[in-house]
Amino acid sequence: MSSIIDVSSVAKSFGGVIANKDISLTVKAGTITGLIGPNGSGKTTLFNSIVGYHPIDSGSIKFEGNEISKLQVQQIARRGLLRTFQQTRIYGAMDGVQNMLISLPHRKMSIFDALKTFTREDYERADHLLEFVGLYEKRMLKSGDLSFGQQKLLEFAMALMNEPTCLLLDEPTAGINPTLINGLIDRLKRANSEFGITLFVIEHNMRVIMNMAEKIYCLAHGEMLAEGTPDEIQNDQRVIDAYLGAH
Amino acid sequence: MTKNKTMLYAAIMAFTFISPFLFPTYGTQLATLWLMIIVSLTWDMTGGQMGYNSLGNIFFYGTGMYVAALVTIGLTYDVGEYTSAAGGGIYEFTDLQYFGGMALGVIAAGLFCSLTAVIIGSLTFGLRGPYFAIGTLGVAIAAGELVSNWDWVGGGQGIALPVYPGDLDVGKTFFYFLFAGVGVATFIFCKWLYGTRFGAAINAIRDDEEKADAMGIHTLRYKLYTWAMAAFFVGMAGGISAFQLIHFEPLESAYQTINLGIFMVVCVLLGGKGTLWGPVIGAILFHLFKEITWNYLLGWQWVALGALIVVTVVYFQDGVMGWLEHKKPEWFGIRVEKKAVGDSK
Repeated sequence: MSSIIDVSSVAKSFGGVIANKDISLTVKAGTITGLIGPNGSGKTTLFNSIVGYHPIDSGSIKFEGNEISKLQVQQIARRGLLRTFQQTRIYGAMDGVQNMLISLPHRKMSIFDALKTFTREDYERADHLLEFVGLYEKRMLKSGDLSFGQQKLLEFAMALMNEPTCLLLDEPTAGINPTLINGLIDRLKRANSEFGITLFVIEHNMRVIMNMAEKIYCLAHGEMLAEGTPDEIQNDQRVIDAYLGAH
Repeated sequence: MTKNKTMLYAAIMAFTFISPFLFPTYGTQLATLWLMIIVSLTWDMTGGQMGYNSLGNIFFYGTGMYVAALVTIGLTYDVGEYTSAAGGGIYEFTDLQYFGGMALGVIAAGLFCSLTAVIIGSLTFGLRGPYFAIGTLGVAIAAGELVSNWDWVGGGQGIALPVYPGDLDVGKTFFYFLFAGVGVATFIFCKWLYGTRFGAAINAIRDDEEKADAMGIHTLRYKLYTWAMAAFFVGMAGGISAFQLIHFEPLESAYQTINLGIFMVVCVLLGGKGTLWGPVIGAILFHLFKEITWNYLLGWQWVALGALIVVTVVYFQDGVMGWLEHKKPEWFGIRVEKKAVGDSK
């Protein structure tokens, strides 16, 4: 299987704080890959580097074989590499359907397409995906009034609406009530298997990530600590030490 | 469209057509009202719908005036000679030269302003919030100062255009219908634009530009297009104003940052930002308020206007439409989840 994201020797520091140091990893196309690590280990910084939120100090990031580390956020997004935010970001003043329609992929649109009104297919896709995440009943409500968990689901549906080839999810289950988490795991897996979207997931909930991912990377103090299958990671003494603070 | 809405639009169109004949003494005021509606609707395109509060839209108004005037004069005479005579020489325009020049001039004004919007926009759209407002205000002020020192276009004296050929009362009605035509076109354009994917995308930029970026929307490109569209209509309105005013000069009438430049913002705030009807309602209320205070509170008119601005900005930011939307959300198709009993606090 070919790799879709190739990160090699990436370093990023903010002033004196080294957030990422010599990080290398690959995400294989069509898989679910996990990224774990204690708080402050540099996971979100790495995500931000990949999607172009800030320039990296050194190293290279490739998406589908092309260097993207010099591109801007929207250029990377238009190539089909999308991310969701740890602090959920939706358009709070609009209802669910409007949020979905806004998320149509503009990379596939010329300005003349953009100047058309939304088609029946657009609405049907929006409804279908809202149903997929279980928000169909709430689709006409102002999305800012939804609960935090529902907003996360909405953001996930919006990302799917954008038809990405690869989706970076920053803690998709944080703040979601435990009974909903199983449903979410199922949906993430189905997004991967049914829509063929490669997922790269930051997750603190070990049960979730061990359930989903085929391969897991573990960061600690900005460095790559371990990588392997869920089983290997679970039994890796370094990972356990890092989480228990012995590092 | 429902039957009621069709009736409403038909009534408004009918009133638009007959009002200059119904109130013949108010011809110029009604024309100015349409001008206010045009600049408010176009200000709301960036300010309300896209979240970029420009204080420099008056730049397009002034530039439109100059472009329309220069095109009309330049088609018949040498511009330098015409302006240096400052209306002293006898410069005759035939009907064809006047109306043909006006038609070309007004369209050229719109197109030229769109072009300048793209150029100025690519420099200023990196600014956010108040910085964008001040940046664009600076552009408008600088343009006024530059033009008033440019002798070829008449310098600080401005330009005197030929008077409407024919009966002057007919002329007033003529200008009324020019403004009304552009105003109706602007309204229909906005109504259509806000219903498109493009309209949704600029709303996304307003609500969370970083998210819009992350979703791959061409944010800068869409911002430039939107401002260029707004500038097109403002430029045309400016072009028509040049002919209506006959004589205009750079600081007080063309690049009038402290009058029309601010009024358009107040109109939109008063009527309701980011709504289709808000700018129209705001322009009507503001214009009425202004005309009434100018007539009955002379001496205190600026104080009254200032008070209106303060009250609007401090206590009534959502405007008429925003207030209605809050009071009667169901009129706007907004559904509010019913709170459970005991949860009402």
